[in-house]
Amino acid sequence: MGLFDKLKQGLRKTTQLLNTDIRDLFKSEGRMVDAAFLEELFETLVKTDMGVEAAQETVDQIGETFRGRVVEMADVLEEIKKYLKKLLAQPPEPIRFASTGPTVIMVAGVNGCGKTTTIAKLAGMFQADGKKIVLGAADTFRAAAVEQLTIWAERLGAEIVTGPSGSDPASVAHRAVAKAIELGADVCIVDTAGRLQTQQNLMQQLTKIHRVLGKQIADAPHEVILVLDATTGQNGISQARHFTEAVSCTGLILAKLDGTAKGGVVVAIRKRVGLPVKYVGVGEKAEDIALFKPDPFVDAMFADVG
Amino acid sequence: MFESLQQNLNSALKTLRGRGRLSESNMRDGLRLVQRALLEADVSLPVVKDFMERVSEQAVGESVLKSLDPTQQLIGIVGRELVDLMGPVDHSLHLRSDVSVLMLCGLQGSGKTTTCGKLGRLIHQRGKKPMLVAADLQRPAAIKQLQVLGEQLDIPVYADLGAKDPVALCHAAVKHAKASDADVVILDTAGRLHVDAELMEQLSLIDRRIGPDQVYLVVDAMTGQDAVNSAKVFNEALELDGVIMTKLDGDARGGAALSVKAVTGVPIKFVGVGEHLDDLEEFHPDRMTGRILGMGDVLTLVEQAQQRFDHEEMAEQEARLRKGEFTLDDFKKMLGQTKKLGPMNKIMGMLPGMGAMSDMLGEVDAEKDMRRLAGIVDSMTPDERRNPSKVVDQSRRRRIAAGAGVEPHEVNELVKQFDGMADMMKRMSNMGMRDRMRAMQDISKGGMLNPGGKLSKQKISTGKRLSPKDRVKLRKEREREVRRKKREVKRK
Repeated sequence: MGLFDKLKQGLRKTTQLLNTDIRDLFKSEGRMVDAAFLEELFETLVKTDMGVEAAQETVDQIGETFRGRVVEMADVLEEIKKYLKKLLAQPPEPIRFASTGPTVIMVAGVNGCGKTTTIAKLAGMFQADGKKIVLGAADTFRAAAVEQLTIWAERLGAEIVTGPSGSDPASVAHRAVAKAIELGADVCIVDTAGRLQTQQNLMQQLTKIHRVLGKQIADAPHEVILVLDATTGQNGISQARHFTEAVSCTGLILAKLDGTAKGGVVVAIRKRVGLPVKYVGVGEKAEDIALFKPDPFVDAMFADVG
Repeated sequence: MFESLQQNLNSALKTLRGRGRLSESNMRDGLRLVQRALLEADVSLPVVKDFMERVSEQAVGESVLKSLDPTQQLIGIVGRELVDLMGPVDHSLHLRSDVSVLMLCGLQGSGKTTTCGKLGRLIHQRGKKPMLVAADLQRPAAIKQLQVLGEQLDIPVYADLGAKDPVALCHAAVKHAKASDADVVILDTAGRLHVDAELMEQLSLIDRRIGPDQVYLVVDAMTGQDAVNSAKVFNEALELDGVIMTKLDGDARGGAALSVKAVTGVPIKFVGVGEHLDDLEEFHPDRMTGRILGMGDVLTLVEQAQQRFDHEEMAEQEARLRKGEFTLDDFKKMLGQTKKLGPMNKIMGMLPGMGAMSDMLGEVDAEKDMRRLAGIVDSMTPDERRNPSKVVDQSRRRRIAAGAGVEPHEVNELVKQFDGMADMMKRMSNMGMRDRMRAMQDISKGGMLNPGGKLSKQKISTGKRLSPKDRVKLRKEREREVRRKKREVKRK
């Protein structure tokens, strides 16, 4: 087959649509790395939700390394993974505890991203380490959000501070910290109501909660966690940016990673906002939480393509 | 909603526009930009490729390249294809004359329970008697959440705190509805992952046993590429009848709407656009496409205005205006009614050509402004409200400012603005229909030349400015008067 025929074949493939599996790109004898090939690779990467920019950069990298060569799938995949792992590289980021007194953790995120469940998981994890927990149910807006956290508190046997529906969430947060100090607890986790990052007044309310948390303990909150739904697409970047602006987040927890979503948006977030991922949520039960590790995460992003 | 997609498409098409005549090669560049925009908007890749193929076929065709304005032509093609992709739509809930059963399903956190409440409210508004069923036995306090919503809306909620089996619960609920006078049953099922075989089986068991009339998938508008995967599985398990998109009020680009419709072929019925229970709107692909392409969504605004304005209050105001009475109280009511339409920048985004404006507004909090104005009015006495420019002096101004927590000059600004408005209202009340239209046009013209400018009071004769001759005459009269008085004093 001449070079021209191969080129034509590649072009035809571009117009062939849908579900281009990365395996299709590489026939057993290997394929020429050309424009059409890179385009297909780009599409495969975009499917992970990593975003056009990150995908394009990765593809450019591959183009530089492999252009004009005939390659095997394994080589290219290895190269992509290596690049992404380097991009995401970070030491494990567990919760940093305060040297003295209770560690205050504030949890924020958009509606329905999994904040309350994530808090339950964190609390369960700390308790297993023998720590004493106080939960602050500062989601006074959504119907029955307080009850939801209360049920978790009962299941875990943790202390909880609540307020009546519609009351000022900052006051609940304040009392939660007070309670933690009074009981000599190790950790105080404050839940907040879900809010879209574009709702200015609600974001200001969040800033207020953040400020109030620092009133009793000077450097509190020690951690501000943004919970991100793994199925979220490019909107995740906007979430990370706006929440970080409002309450200077210290890290992400990627929830609901047990579905088919790859959570590739953290790649884009890492590039544009620089927020590290601390944990990943992988199920509905309290113990379904794991420390984020870039290598297995990247491997899983491409698990179904070899 | 879709604003970012709109922005990206706009910039993509602007690049095209700048090049004047299109050639086949730069048309391809432009199409690539459109493709990027769609991908950035989280439209799933297979859908994008399919879409781009259909658009390219038409766009690179001869008729487009030779047409006078190829860009317009391309916008037309992209727009038409977007409408095709998201439509046709069917807003009917297909309610039966006896008891209809609607079922909501979806991933965790997509917004099923809130949507359940919103949908109940909508059905209630249409004169039906809905009943909400708390069939989410999984998530802690999900039942309680639905009960609270039911209380707020005054809609009955069927719940069984001890229930273990959602299938049996749904069965009992439908039976209960038939016995009571409810005629629409809405099942709020537990959120589940599409890969959880056991829970998906449970869902299709409910579907088989209960046989709901309509099954709706609730989808988070922020979903990325994975939207197609989950929608496909849910559709295979349940044969969906419709999709409800939630959280479209943020800056989510909403590409999932396009993806889900394309993959399942199921129409998008409603969109959730806010935290409040009346924030559920019918989905209109043509309007949505209009918004995407920057053509505005006036129809939605009109519809909202009709729904939310209090008709009686409007009629009363209209009558007062006719009589030429317009007070600060009326002004405040008008502010309140505008507020009912929704956040100011949301309204702006719906108006043609205002998309960019709403971005500019971004940081300016229009609601806060309106609240402040209302606060100032609230701090006035009834007399001051009726006739602010005459009654409000310096000391009153200070008092009002202190009461409303603003600076005195802000009170002044309001009074001035109101003056201009009242003046216009009075003039308009004396006008016939044609003059009124003309006056409105003048105002909007003025507004365009002077955006952000306030209504100014038209200058008219106060009857106080005198010519030098008049002044001399008046002075002589005054002097004569003084002399006369002096004489009288002497005589006494």
